[in-house]
Amino acid sequence: MSVAIRNALVVTKRGEERLDVKIAQGVIAEMGTSVGPADSELDGTNCHVLPGFVDLHAHLREPGKEDSETIETGSRAGARGGYTALVAMPNTNPAQDSVPVIEFVRMQGERAGLLEVVPSGCITVGRAGTALSPMAELARAGVQIFTDDGSGVQDPALMRRAMEYSRELGITLAQHCEVSSLTVGAVMNECSCSSDLGVPGWPALAEELMVHRDIELAKLTGARVHFLHLSTAGSVHLVRQAKALGLPITAEVTPHHLSLTEELLRSFDSVYKVNPPLRSVADIEALKAGLLDGTIDAIATDHAPHVRRDKELPLDQAPPGMLGLETALGVVLSVLDLTPLQVAEMMSVRPAKIAGIAERHGMLPEVGGPANLCVVDMHQEWTVEPRSLASKSTNTPYVGRVLRGKVRHTVFNGHVVVSDGKAMR
Amino acid sequence: MKHLRSIRELGRDGLEQLLESATHMAEINRRPIPKVPALRGKTVVSLFYEDSTRTRLSFETAAKRLSAETMSFSVSTSSVSKGESLRDTIETISHMGAHCFVVRHKSSGVPWQIAQWTNASIINAGDGAHQHPSQAIVDCLTVRQAIDQPFFDGVNVTIVGDIKHSRVARSNIEAFTMLGARVTVVAPPTLLPSHIGHWPVTVVHSLDDVIASTDVLYMLRLQSERMDQGLIPSLSEYGSQFGLTMERAQRLQSSAVVMHPGPMNRGVEMHVDPSDLSQSRIHQQVENGISVRMAVLFDLLARDGELQQLHEEVSA
Repeated sequence: MSVAIRNALVVTKRGEERLDVKIAQGVIAEMGTSVGPADSELDGTNCHVLPGFVDLHAHLREPGKEDSETIETGSRAGARGGYTALVAMPNTNPAQDSVPVIEFVRMQGERAGLLEVVPSGCITVGRAGTALSPMAELARAGVQIFTDDGSGVQDPALMRRAMEYSRELGITLAQHCEVSSLTVGAVMNECSCSSDLGVPGWPALAEELMVHRDIELAKLTGARVHFLHLSTAGSVHLVRQAKALGLPITAEVTPHHLSLTEELLRSFDSVYKVNPPLRSVADIEALKAGLLDGTIDAIATDHAPHVRRDKELPLDQAPPGMLGLETALGVVLSVLDLTPLQVAEMMSVRPAKIAGIAERHGMLPEVGGPANLCVVDMHQEWTVEPRSLASKSTNTPYVGRVLRGKVRHTVFNGHVVVSDGKAMR
Repeated sequence: MKHLRSIRELGRDGLEQLLESATHMAEINRRPIPKVPALRGKTVVSLFYEDSTRTRLSFETAAKRLSAETMSFSVSTSSVSKGESLRDTIETISHMGAHCFVVRHKSSGVPWQIAQWTNASIINAGDGAHQHPSQAIVDCLTVRQAIDQPFFDGVNVTIVGDIKHSRVARSNIEAFTMLGARVTVVAPPTLLPSHIGHWPVTVVHSLDDVIASTDVLYMLRLQSERMDQGLIPSLSEYGSQFGLTMERAQRLQSSAVVMHPGPMNRGVEMHVDPSDLSQSRIHQQVENGISVRMAVLFDLLARDGELQQLHEEVSA
């Protein structure tokens, strides 16, 4: 089975080149001005060929919450968003804190066959924040990134031990930064809006205290630390300082924290409830600047599907989270003027390195390289319609919005998994 | 007007209209048989997910005096205790022919959510710590009567207590300032919202500093759970700092007005017995409650033109 991508600009190490790409046996077999016919032909007119996107932060909900998403539906959503690898967050039920659960998640990903599902492991047993998970066993089973996402590890002594333990294993610890005693009952950012609405606020401080603590712990232990979904200007400042010291720290930001503000909560629509919460315009500006200057390494979705009945609960009871996989590129390009190379760096090359999968993903196209690619139109405008989404849930805040930038085709392991926006299986 | 959910949505014109209309309703309430057929055939459902005595009784009495049908819904004896969702409850009752829901819920925003699921009008009878607009209209009417002037320019209103968790405070600050009052809030810093600096109020931390210059003293109820949450050291400390003691009451101007939305915590925010206080308008608030809620129901549910007709009938 061979595939040819024609008439596109290919983003290579040498720059953007107008080349046809021919794929065979799961690798890029040929790149040239005119490659021979293939079994499957993809038109790349007006498009760029980029390495397939890598999401550091996807909640696929399986096992445990299959009514909101399954690994198959989440994979399909990911493939439609141009992703060829998703790091699956461990807040499943049971949690991803044991080898059998990790194997199950990976196997379900292989069964779906639309992209690579990369299971993350828990830092603590059951994400309960009291005892370390069997990190060495999990690492031996191939887990490279560990997190208790959904909550942060509260106890500084436990986090210190996790970092010390992780060093020898060569793994990365990804922190959800939230000092939970400062966010009890929080519904949204602590701001004039939360004061007006009479709801408990989630202060920026709750994130920044933990960012600061973990920077200091990383300094002490030398562990590799990744900060999930940074949302405040203060966090960007702290990470920028830490990176200047040469600490092995990385960070991500979500498309929604780059595009939506706290003011949207005035509608009381729980689709805008997310954790960490939407923040101010000033925070958005700082996050954008941090992304552009490399303080923030990656864009990650925090794709968090929820069934409608849960999102229809009163705002203070509705679960936080919003979809992200299928709208990530469009949202990012609608709010930031990025070059195709910058998109490749932020959504593929750097996240692949952080996830420890850089030998299979996140490589700019070259002959002999892995055929994990996406073909994107950087300028195409499209309207988000929940009915056309592949995700099992519909909790996207972008319904009806016109986005700029769309994924046209996705090739995973040499197979066309999305063609003209449609998933092939 | 389709709904009454917040003072902001109501706006100054809407507020003035309701105050005007409430004075006509008060005329009806002074009749030997205080009942008019204005809302015959309309069904008003009270949907209280949180306990209430005065607001609920006041709305139900108002509905009956306007000849509306009333349906009452109590969470503990309904399908909600069997796990029925808010949406299912609203849709079910809507199909029974409800024209208006009077809703109280512990979560901010519920009146906006349920408006998506029904064509009926929504009256917010208290949503979390967010809004309680009918109470604010009642309080504006009470102040109007007490100071005998329609607008509150130059009037010093002092609101004392748990501003942070109070829907009454939020609605009243908006309504009082809309009518021209200068509003001062007095509270311990832990019972103020984080961004009160954005509100059109002056913040002071000592009641003693402002009591003598206050025209309207509005005491809020202090929930004892605020102590359990560690927001105040003790109820007695709160009472001594922010309660209306006899000593403070003696410093009030004789023309001042003292109000409380009820239910009162005697010995916490209210040390004096209101019946010993000539400045108290607390009973007036309750009485006005019915007139204002009649005005609200009438405005939402009567057909255009009927208001004028009713006013003419009342004046005749």
